[in-house]
Amino acid sequence: MNRFATLCHKELLRFFKVSVQTVAAPVLTTLLYLVIFGQALEGRLEVYEGVRYTAFLVPGLVMMSVLQNAFANSSSSLIQSKITGNIVFVLLAPISYAEFFAAYVAAAIVRGLVVGAGVLAVTVWFVELRLQAPLWVAAFAVLGAALLGTLGLIAAVVSDKIDQVAAFQNFVIVPLTFLSGVFYSIHTLPPVWQQLSHANPFFYMVDGFRYGFLGASDFPPLASLAIVFAFLLAVSSGTLWLLKSGYKLRH
Amino acid sequence: MSLEVEEGEFFGLLGPNGAGKTTLINVIAGLARADSGAARVMGADVRADYRRARRMLGVVPQELVFDPFFTVRETLRLQSGYYGLRRNDAWIDEVMHHLDLTGKADANMRSLSGGMKRRVLVAQALVHKPPVIVLDEPTAGVDVELRQGLWRFVRRMNREGHSIVLTTHYLEEAEAHCARIAMLKDGRIVALDSTRNLLGSFSGLQLRLHLDRDALPAGLPGTLLEAEGAQFRLRLANYAELEEALARLRQARVAIREMEVHPPDLEEVFLRLTGRGS
Repeated sequence: MNRFATLCHKELLRFFKVSVQTVAAPVLTTLLYLVIFGQALEGRLEVYEGVRYTAFLVPGLVMMSVLQNAFANSSSSLIQSKITGNIVFVLLAPISYAEFFAAYVAAAIVRGLVVGAGVLAVTVWFVELRLQAPLWVAAFAVLGAALLGTLGLIAAVVSDKIDQVAAFQNFVIVPLTFLSGVFYSIHTLPPVWQQLSHANPFFYMVDGFRYGFLGASDFPPLASLAIVFAFLLAVSSGTLWLLKSGYKLRH
Repeated sequence: MSLEVEEGEFFGLLGPNGAGKTTLINVIAGLARADSGAARVMGADVRADYRRARRMLGVVPQELVFDPFFTVRETLRLQSGYYGLRRNDAWIDEVMHHLDLTGKADANMRSLSGGMKRRVLVAQALVHKPPVIVLDEPTAGVDVELRQGLWRFVRRMNREGHSIVLTTHYLEEAEAHCARIAMLKDGRIVALDSTRNLLGSFSGLQLRLHLDRDALPAGLPGTLLEAEGAQFRLRLANYAELEEALARLRQARVAIREMEVHPPDLEEVFLRLTGRGS
């Protein structure tokens, strides 16, 4: 097995071994959102013509779990390894910083996609949903998970304690996902908030992903894809630079 | 500091806490980066040629670290994979056998005792058959039985041509196993020589006396190291001086209640060199 594949395999084994916590729990949480918000708002909101609110909500919830779980995977794995000290086994081995990066991000993508697929599998029983453009769905899911997996790496590298990673998650990732238009269309917002939403990279991920299901979106999907890709490129370059420098890993 | 360990050597790195032993090892292993200077493992620079340098090196870390998600065998397979090795099971089985881990192969790391975890750390350092093995305080908190088994195995690896670098607090371990020793203090080497020479350069005897009075008679040979009540510690150059000392005591009609004579040991050398002894 090559080095990248081994590290990636280890990361996957790690979350599969605790899949009740890493897969089943987030699926259940998302299902609760669907039941509560779907029940409360069904019939009161029509975001796109002819689209029921729950059909609008489900793709957003799926993408939200993809993103949050991709972040959770890389960040919690790396911070735990740093705190317990077992990161030393990886650091002692002839693994390059690029292999290290690729393995953690690849595992984060898989975790995001597995949880997303789990949410989808459970919600199709409640909502009639058609996959209009599966390639868009796949592209946004993979790029979004990669972006959040990378952000998770950054959070874990710069943090010394689990609290700091949790703070990053609670004060940055969660607000940005909730304000990205998972539960509403940004067109229902006052103009100022619409403008602000356009500065939120999560908006493009959720909106583009939803386009794959509904064939309708707030923003042109190709432009969204380009924006997400540009963000991913910028954040990845920064992370690679950080890993190469050995910051807080190789003192 | 400048230091070279020869191929096939059993080398000891001694020093008090904070002397820089672990920092030095971390620089060699690539876990820390030196502000200046260079380190090479079998000729491979630890930064420019890190892949080759790390393949040449097996490090047993000082801290008892482990990944609680995996079994012993999974841990060793993953570690092999980190070095690009596939189908390494024959060697993994052999290492586990020598370290008495076979019975625990499928046990989760979390369930192992401290001594067993230490053995897994040793096994992890050996999965890629490195020519250079670094053991950072390998016997800290390890029971006697494991300690002996570990030394047997490490000495065997050394006989088979592996270079061994050992850091330890236990001076008797260094004395028993290391052919050459560097003593560190405040990040500098204060002594670097063969164990035999280090001990030889501090030839002489240490004499401990418990007398029937609080004062030593005048004209005793040697140097007084310590005096506390009726107890004294003297350094003597040789056995002739010992004879002379006893004769003086007899002449002065001083009775000896207890007496001990020690040849020099590494501990004394160490304390004198690091300036903590008298």
